Amino acid sequence: MTQLTPPRTTGERSGEDLDTLSTVAGSLEARTRYDVLPERGAAEATVGARLDEEWAEEPGFWGFITTVNHKRIGRRYLVTAAVFFMFAGINALVIRTQLAQPNNHVVGPEIYDQLFSMHGMVMIFFFATPFNSGFGNFFLPIMIGTRDMAFPRVNALSYWIFLFSGIFIFSSEAMRSAPDFGWFAYVPLSNEYSPALNADFYSLGLLFLAVSSTIGSMNFIVTFLKMRAPGMSLNRVPLFVWGILTQSFMLVFALPPLDLANLMLFLDRRLGMRFFDSAKGGDAVLWQHLFWLFGHPDVYIIVLPAMGIISSIVPVFSRRSILAYPYVVLATVATGIISFGVWVHHMFAVGLSDVSLTFFSAATLTISVPAGIQMLAWIGTMWRGHVVLNPAMLYAMSFIITFVMGGVTGVMFAVVPFDQQVTDSYFVVAHFHYVLFGGAVLPLLGGLFYWWPKMTGRMTSHAGGVISCVLVFVGMNLTFFPMHIQGLLGMPRRIYTYPAGYGWGTYNLIETIGAYILAFGFLWTLFVFVQSLLSGPHAPDDPWGANTLEWATGSPPKAYNFPVAPTVHSLNPLWDGRTLQSMVDHRHDPQRTMTDHHQALRTSELDARIERVMTMPGETPQPLLVAMFLTMTVCFLLADIMLAAAVSFGLMGLVIGWWMWSRPEIDEPAP
Amino acid sequence: MRRCRRLPAGIAATLLSTPLLGGCDRAPSTLDPAGPKSDFTTWAWWGLFAAAAFVCCLIIGLTVLAAIFRRRSTKVKTGDGRRFVLVFGVILPAIVFASVFALGVGGLVAQSEPPSKPAMTVDVIGHQWWWEFRYEGTDAVTANYLHVPVGTPVELRLRTHDVIHSFWIPQVMPKMDLLPKRINKTWLSVDRRGTYQGECAEYCGAQHAHMDFALVAQSHASFQAWLQREQRAAAPPTTDAERSGMQFFTSASCSTCHTIRGTSADGKLGPDLTHVGSRPMLAAGLIPNDVGHMSGWIANSQAVKPGNLMPPQHLTPSDLRDVVAYLQSLK
Repeated sequence: MTQLTPPRTTGERSGEDLDTLSTVAGSLEARTRYDVLPERGAAEATVGARLDEEWAEEPGFWGFITTVNHKRIGRRYLVTAAVFFMFAGINALVIRTQLAQPNNHVVGPEIYDQLFSMHGMVMIFFFATPFNSGFGNFFLPIMIGTRDMAFPRVNALSYWIFLFSGIFIFSSEAMRSAPDFGWFAYVPLSNEYSPALNADFYSLGLLFLAVSSTIGSMNFIVTFLKMRAPGMSLNRVPLFVWGILTQSFMLVFALPPLDLANLMLFLDRRLGMRFFDSAKGGDAVLWQHLFWLFGHPDVYIIVLPAMGIISSIVPVFSRRSILAYPYVVLATVATGIISFGVWVHHMFAVGLSDVSLTFFSAATLTISVPAGIQMLAWIGTMWRGHVVLNPAMLYAMSFIITFVMGGVTGVMFAVVPFDQQVTDSYFVVAHFHYVLFGGAVLPLLGGLFYWWPKMTGRMTSHAGGVISCVLVFVGMNLTFFPMHIQGLLGMPRRIYTYPAGYGWGTYNLIETIGAYILAFGFLWTLFVFVQSLLSGPHAPDDPWGANTLEWATGSPPKAYNFPVAPTVHSLNPLWDGRTLQSMVDHRHDPQRTMTDHHQALRTSELDARIERVMTMPGETPQPLLVAMFLTMTVCFLLADIMLAAAVSFGLMGLVIGWWMWSRPEIDEPAP
Repeated sequence: MRRCRRLPAGIAATLLSTPLLGGCDRAPSTLDPAGPKSDFTTWAWWGLFAAAAFVCCLIIGLTVLAAIFRRRSTKVKTGDGRRFVLVFGVILPAIVFASVFALGVGGLVAQSEPPSKPAMTVDVIGHQWWWEFRYEGTDAVTANYLHVPVGTPVELRLRTHDVIHSFWIPQVMPKMDLLPKRINKTWLSVDRRGTYQGECAEYCGAQHAHMDFALVAQSHASFQAWLQREQRAAAPPTTDAERSGMQFFTSASCSTCHTIRGTSADGKLGPDLTHVGSRPMLAAGLIPNDVGHMSGWIANSQAVKPGNLMPPQHLTPSDLRDVVAYLQSLK
């Protein structure tokens, strides 16, 4: 913290919104010394006691299962996804151990095929997306200055379904009948040629999880549109929130093709339909189109919120506003839209017509442009700011370095003949690990170091964080860089063993060593966080001198987040000197303090003008019950006990009916 | 297929394919091309690599230097920097991407049709987990060995018997998938004689790792000789052991899955064995084709390649010896 120095504004302040640095509220460094920000302190002194009473939560187990608090749900998302990450990482370690030497016999093909399939599935579906949702759940409401998500009970439901679907999918691995046809499950291998339960676990598990992602996304969208703090017009929304919003819209549009494909697969397998069975008039390539129509947007579903985290970290530790904010927003949204038009580049070797390949080649290149815009915006921000290095910023820089390497190989895949040469080889494995590990895991770790004080109220060790970043960065590059060469040397992906004499062994051995360094890096990181929880120094409200609203809450935030709904005056509300002051100014205004029930402000979509005070629902067991009955339905479908499945589904419908019946009263405000 | 081959290679390719630990390793490197298609991808790679290395150095350099230089300076510059982002984030990349697009379309056009009329057509049929090659207009059927004449394009018609596979010869041609109920047409051409490693590149089940084949590029004359021999029916047995082996093969369950042209064995599930004795490797590149390995394979192929379609055969030792002697004689 001693490294933080006050920003100095040179030149004129160019407009209220875009490039405001604090000249009013004194130095940022000074702010980091306050245990409680004086503005929040004043507001809490006025209404804190009443709000504490109103928002108090049921203690104990009952409180645990009935909570709808977005921060607790967000934390649960993060912990659960991290546990799934650990399991999928262990799968990867076994894979790397098996491949360490030619003709190795650590595991046989049956186990190996389940390992790599589960590794891909879990990392994509059960780690990367939910981990982003965890950050989204915790931080989206407090970054936009409100008290909860728009639908708190739906939020709890979405978590419970995520948890149960994860357990469902991992139970398949425990039963040794995990999906074993790769994470994209091409038919007919996953259909006629997979007679056991493996493919049913796949289709049901993903359909199950999709319920969670879909309702979660809708919740984010509505929260974004209707609950931003007064004054937070669209041009003042933090970039991480834009990332979550774009991700949510993408999920809502990308999941239907995947759901449809999985439903059709399930019907093919269980009810003898023939959507994908070419021998009976179906089409195997249809699966690929449907899958990748989801699959490619999914890359950005994972990466965009992660890029949003980078856009949060870089300005704070460059002590200035992000460069070209409108371009970064446009780039984020444009990526989301264009990503729906590139799926065929996963299918360049399928033998589609040259004309369509040309179109998708052009689209693939086009989608690189918005990524370049964001990249340049971060680098420009650093060059025009004063860089402060700490673990979060180091992770952000590691992200930029690895993501550009994944990006340039991504551009190569637009060259159709070259794509056909290296696709399904280790070159593509290297590419997508640079994109997904570099583009998602590194930012998520950076985000953890950045937001940890806010989430837990404890600081992490600076040196521990730096070591964590070095270990992970070195391990990651050692693991994945040689794969480029290995792919060019002709090693196809997904082979459980390979012969000696091709020159692949050395590279494989290096990668395995890298994988163990990486694993050690994660263990070390875990140690840093645990050490912080046990004995880390207490975090002040705003340890970094940051710019966005989450740092105006307590560390960790109170159940009601903000005692007084602030008025947002700029893109960098904590740097403009006026936003914080608005919490003091409005502390006697009942519309801003909302001390009656669980209440939050509803504002207009574009300009965030106040519309009314809404009463939010409180704790309830309904979400858990719905999730449990849905789980039972899915399990009975898996076991092919249709009557029991129908009964569970009916029971779920009854609980939903009860849920709808018990909606909270909405206070109609006086006009 | 597994032996070291002596092939000329570019310096860079040699550097890349020479493992750090030495030895006589020879990778089926895409950067050691032996045909026009892989020639193109090799050149495309080095061009793309140069551009990519430049961009990476630039971005990484800018990031690291910013962290070094802008740590010292406490002077924060205002300004929105939109022009900077527009020029370096949009206009420059757009120029690069346009050239990459031109390269890709150029390659696509160049490779869509063979440079001259194909000398012949081969049907490539993928099976879990081996390759069947049928030479159109002839009776020649082989497994896991694709012979072609050097220097002329050969048309390929790819299809699969079961799941999706992908046909890949890194040194000769990029991938093309084998799809159920579809025929993908493509072509290949080899510039120099030799044996090239071919692989299945689409995950196709438990033994995806063991679905290799060999592309044997021969001079025109020796290819014609090979094709003539391959079209012939199986050589009649000459010794007693071979005769009894043939007798056993045609009367036992072998013939329900395997064909030996010229005998009553006409099964379609497994590889055509008419000239199996002439193939250097068995089981799609997994084991050498000699008496010991073949006996082991017949007795219990599940121990060698778990999951393959051939069940263990319970033969008496003398029957096994005779059958192997017969099969080995089928040159």
